[in-house]
Amino acid sequence: MNLQLTDDGRLRHLLTLDGLPRAIITQILDTAESFMDVGEREVKKVPLLRGKSIFNLFFEPSTRTRTTFEIAAKRLSADVVNLNIATSSQTKGEAILDTVDNLAAMHADMFVVRHSQSGAAHFIARHVAPHISVVNAGDGRHAHPTQGLLDMFTIRRYKGAFHNLTVAIVGDVLHSRVARSQIHALTTLGVPEVRVIGPKTLLPTGVEQMGVKVFHDMEAGLAGCDVVIMLRLQNERMRGALLPSAQEYFKFFGLTLEKLALAKPDAIVMHPGPMNRGVEIASEVADGPQSVILPQVTYGIAVRMAVMAMLAGGTA
Amino acid sequence: MKIHIKNGRVVDPMNARDEVADIFVAAGRIVGIGAAPADFHANRTLDASGLVVCPGLVDLSVRLREPGFEYKATLESEMLAAAAGGITSLACPPDTDPPLDEPGLVEMLKFRARNLPGPRVYPVGALTQKLEGRMLTEMAELTEAGCRAFTQADAPLTDTQVLLRAMEYAATFGFSLWLRAQDVSLAKDGVAHDGAIASRLGLPGIPALAETVALATILQLVRETGARVHLARLSTREGIAMVRAAKAQGLAVTCDVACPHVHLSENDLVSFDSHLHLVPPLRSLRDRDAIREALRDGSIDALCSDHAPVDEDAKQVPFGESEPGASGVELLLPLTLKWARETGVPLIQAIDLISWKPAQILGVPAGHLSVGGNADICVFDETAEWVVSSNTLASQGDNTPFLNHPMQGRVRYTLIDGHIDFEAPR
Repeated sequence: MNLQLTDDGRLRHLLTLDGLPRAIITQILDTAESFMDVGEREVKKVPLLRGKSIFNLFFEPSTRTRTTFEIAAKRLSADVVNLNIATSSQTKGEAILDTVDNLAAMHADMFVVRHSQSGAAHFIARHVAPHISVVNAGDGRHAHPTQGLLDMFTIRRYKGAFHNLTVAIVGDVLHSRVARSQIHALTTLGVPEVRVIGPKTLLPTGVEQMGVKVFHDMEAGLAGCDVVIMLRLQNERMRGALLPSAQEYFKFFGLTLEKLALAKPDAIVMHPGPMNRGVEIASEVADGPQSVILPQVTYGIAVRMAVMAMLAGGTA
Repeated sequence: MKIHIKNGRVVDPMNARDEVADIFVAAGRIVGIGAAPADFHANRTLDASGLVVCPGLVDLSVRLREPGFEYKATLESEMLAAAAGGITSLACPPDTDPPLDEPGLVEMLKFRARNLPGPRVYPVGALTQKLEGRMLTEMAELTEAGCRAFTQADAPLTDTQVLLRAMEYAATFGFSLWLRAQDVSLAKDGVAHDGAIASRLGLPGIPALAETVALATILQLVRETGARVHLARLSTREGIAMVRAAKAQGLAVTCDVACPHVHLSENDLVSFDSHLHLVPPLRSLRDRDAIREALRDGSIDALCSDHAPVDEDAKQVPFGESEPGASGVELLLPLTLKWARETGVPLIQAIDLISWKPAQILGVPAGHLSVGGNADICVFDETAEWVVSSNTLASQGDNTPFLNHPMQGRVRYTLIDGHIDFEAPR
């Protein structure tokens, strides 16, 4: 059973990009394109979701993602309620389903869910009433589909097409829901070569079965790339036995101008943010001419508007 | 009560019997097979035409959840469920609250169980006090109270010296240790088999190495101490190969696997269904196939249900937060039959894995149909089809990965001590 598609193949929830048909991904990107100018207007609103109630259910703290979902929903004229559940009902022992049921009773139309457990969005989607859609805003290490989509949107804007690209994803793939979503999207969209680069401690078991080439040598991995996606390295990874130090990590896997020079001259550099400058990326790269990191943030709003519009507005 | 079981296909691995015959029961014992003893007048005749009559099943791992976890299940509910599954003897692990680490608790459990209908209950005592992995329990006292073996259940034992001492002490008296091979630090935080599926789903993994590294330690200590060790719930191809090699070298070790691992693999995890959250985790297809083969060639000595009823709230959460475990006493027989059908293994060999062989491991007079022996008997319909649901399961926990799955094979009568403890409704 495919939880996120209706029987006639339309988007019902957005939980993961794993197995999402190419046609739907393309449709989301096209729809996002049509929303690109909304943010530039004097009145930054369209009435597509007027009267709809969207709840941002964040069981794990996040500012950037929550804010972009909020802005996206408001630009579609929806009513948005933000719930930071990590600090309220869950700490009082309220079960996740009780929270969801209570909000459903308040006539919610959509839940945007972030949770520290992989599969949490699937779990909620399985239990909500038929009229409610669930958007996964990041679950454990599993998926962050809207981030993956905005990355595809960015690549398409700068590179035009996917069929002739070599894309490298560098860093902590093991703990990254973003990387998993990127890999699924890139392979679905027909990118012929997706590479992951990192030390063995930060690459998941059997990652090559997701259709990627594995590199432990960054110079070799970056050679000839069109797109370089850097991943954030959480500080706690240095405290365990995964890495000896930030300095050593930066030396071997941090993106510097010298290493970037191994990629194609017109390669773009992406990062889902927030960045650790001097750990996974040098400032001169992050702020340099090949960086598209800030446009990614802007596009994130249009992509999230597209997803919400397709789910709740029936534009699909 | 005198019972005449008529016209059944009597399948008894220990006596190498597979034939249509009558069985006669009186005063809790089997008094005749084939011909009735003189002056036998049955109070009740069970027509077993078209049915299989086999030894009552012996299950090496059934959590009855008492004391301490009555909200998950009770002794009453799970003993009834076990009887409905054809089980007449069961071993219950000590991971209760408090754990079974002192004689009084064991005696209390046995006393409670004796006064309820259902299987014979054989407690497995805690290997260390409070299952904390530090101080040994009074194994001799616990044995006198009725413990058949000693185990940490799923509680960690991180100190190898404690394990060495436990083996030495147990070997002194000839006690048996039941150990689940899992290196705690390699398994840390993991909830699924560390493979391509867990990687894809973003679930923290438990590598196969967690089993094999721990097994290497255990087997080496067995070589040193001569302890009798039963390896519970093997899950990996490499682990099975290690035990096979150890047996070939003459080491007195035995092993079992849990029924779900015979049929399911990591590939079934795609839906994040918390019913598939098991300990040990469902492994790769390669591992599953190795288990199926090792059951066939006898490298694995027994199949158990690893019955662990869990309350619904503990499963109604995201996968990684859910409590591991599955309810299974009523599925032990149909899942064993399913494996036998799928692999072409004769029924008598399949029954052996859930009756005579586990009885040997447990060291109890059960698991066979012999004149003069206990009348612990399971009568089942090999062809009966049913669907697993909360309505068809007697267990208080309907947490099973096989929920809504069709099953073939259902118990009609369970006799314990010559008494009909379960009779399927007509």
